[in-house]
Amino acid sequence: MIDISIIILSTLRRSTPLIFASLGAVYSERSGVVNIGLEGIMLVGAFVSVIASNAFGLLPGILLAVVAGMAVAALHGMATITFKANQIVSGVAINLFGMGITAFIPEALMGMTDIRALNSAPLLAGLTPLVYVAIALIPVSHFLLFHTVLGLRLRSVGENPASADSLGINVSTMRYLGVVLSGALAALGGAYLALEQGGGFTKNMVAGRGFIALAAMIFGNWTPFGALGASLLFGFSDSIQTVIQTMGYTIPSQAIQALPYILTIIVLVVAVKRVRMPEADGKPYLR
Amino acid sequence: MKCGSIFLAVVLLLSVCAVVDAQKKYSIGLVFDVGGRGDKSFNDAAYRGLEWASQRLEVDVSYAEPGPGGADRENLLRRMARSGKDLVIGVGFLFTQPVVAAARDFPDVKFACVDMDVGSAGELPPNVVALTFREHEGSFIVGAIAGMKTQTNKVGFVGGMTGPLIEKFEAGYTAGVKYANPECTVLRVYAGDSPVAFADPARGYELAVQLNSQGCDIIYHAAGNTGNGVFRAAIERGFYVIGVDSNQNYLGYDSAAGKNWSLTSMLKRVDVAVYLVIEDLVNNRLEGGVREYGLKDFVKIGNETYRALDFAIDDYNRANLDEETVKKANEIIEKIVKGEIKVPKSMKEL
Repeated sequence: MIDISIIILSTLRRSTPLIFASLGAVYSERSGVVNIGLEGIMLVGAFVSVIASNAFGLLPGILLAVVAGMAVAALHGMATITFKANQIVSGVAINLFGMGITAFIPEALMGMTDIRALNSAPLLAGLTPLVYVAIALIPVSHFLLFHTVLGLRLRSVGENPASADSLGINVSTMRYLGVVLSGALAALGGAYLALEQGGGFTKNMVAGRGFIALAAMIFGNWTPFGALGASLLFGFSDSIQTVIQTMGYTIPSQAIQALPYILTIIVLVVAVKRVRMPEADGKPYLR
Repeated sequence: MKCGSIFLAVVLLLSVCAVVDAQKKYSIGLVFDVGGRGDKSFNDAAYRGLEWASQRLEVDVSYAEPGPGGADRENLLRRMARSGKDLVIGVGFLFTQPVVAAARDFPDVKFACVDMDVGSAGELPPNVVALTFREHEGSFIVGAIAGMKTQTNKVGFVGGMTGPLIEKFEAGYTAGVKYANPECTVLRVYAGDSPVAFADPARGYELAVQLNSQGCDIIYHAAGNTGNGVFRAAIERGFYVIGVDSNQNYLGYDSAAGKNWSLTSMLKRVDVAVYLVIEDLVNNRLEGGVREYGLKDFVKIGNETYRALDFAIDDYNRANLDEETVKKANEIIEKIVKGEIKVPKSMKEL
């Protein structure tokens, strides 16, 4: 029989990139900006974390990845907040940009598509450090969003930017804050994938996790704890799928691999009635 | 006299033409698989074969790489064919259908597909060469090595995308493990059922950690870049890895501890196949059909002799492979070459 602790640890590890990115999506969408560019930002984070940590060490590498993620997210902010562009179109562009630049730079400048990370994160009680960071950020974010003035302002521009504006809240500043925070968090998710799991950067290594994180944010009803729960559910079904495979059951492997997606659909059907997105989510604010 | 000199000039001119014609520079185009150059594995090996050819044979070489998802594979093949290449090579079984389709429209251009999925290709056009390997034979050897070296009597297999190609690795490996050590069990996991499963190192790490925590002390991966995560897990957790396709022994090196966690690598010499098919073209003996390279196929390039399939020994893993094991592995190779051991190529045949 499989030790339960193996499944718990595996679930936590697999959930971590989703927790980071879905929490990022919560910040962005609560401020009223849809950010489907998470996948691309995660790729940039993964890429920069490997390059920078090879040059300067583990912690500076992660910090620089966060800065890079914030910079790419700021581009999305500029397009959608300052220039009021369609948020979906800009998000798609960010994804294409992230995929393209992280494939192009290593190939054109270094002649390779695959960069090995030279520094390895240490294990703390069986898990790598960013797993703890991801989980710790959930209550912090909950407090910030729902129990501080800043959080109230950030949420208000996502619900009713006109009222917020009339009360003297700078809608653009608040929205930039939400988007840039989402970039920082998505980049952390990418750095985790590259430094603490994959051992390096590989083209397109995020493999759709940015989109799954968006789904997790929606299940989670645009809240940090909801995003955590949904991410854990995805991570859990993914690790169960592996366990069933290793037990050598003769269920067709395609059926096993479909498990996370079937769960996704079930949860979506159950959850869709009670979720409510921020009122002004996805809408550019025009005075 | 005047006529004579004109005659001479014409003869000279013709002979120059003849010489130029004899040294016609063949033009080769190669399209990589998703993952591209720098995967330290399959595509890199294909590139090495291309490099050998450009250095040793009178050929022009060029290459291209499909975009994310690889939907433009066929377009790239067609573009190569249209630009006047004599031979266009697609790297990877995902080129099976694109190569067949492009070959039908360019009957004067030769096409080759490394790792072609011959079963699903239907009838091959006469200008297509399918380059295939008996990967199950190479996997049998590394499986036998794993069976001899395991301490826990439990070894693992991490596959990339499910399907008949990677199943050959799994079946050969499992049979090899059981041949050397009937007591040993093999746990296997696949990363997924789409091409992304070959480019997801984070998932590779996760699968390897899972297998290791279930008691596997040696893990063989046939998962492309996904395997990078298997090596990372091995360095972190301390178990042995068997690399695939190219010599990946250096990937298991833990520089902090000075220990190497690579047991060996199953070498599938795509470089040899790519080089040979170009050499055949240059020597005018390239014929369409399936070419299958196995343990019995030796390839000579200059003074070096390469086997189409092999297991890697270098400074990185010498300490992990004792002479006794190497000797036994070579004996098993001889037995397979002589036909004394029949290696299964699917789990059904196992």
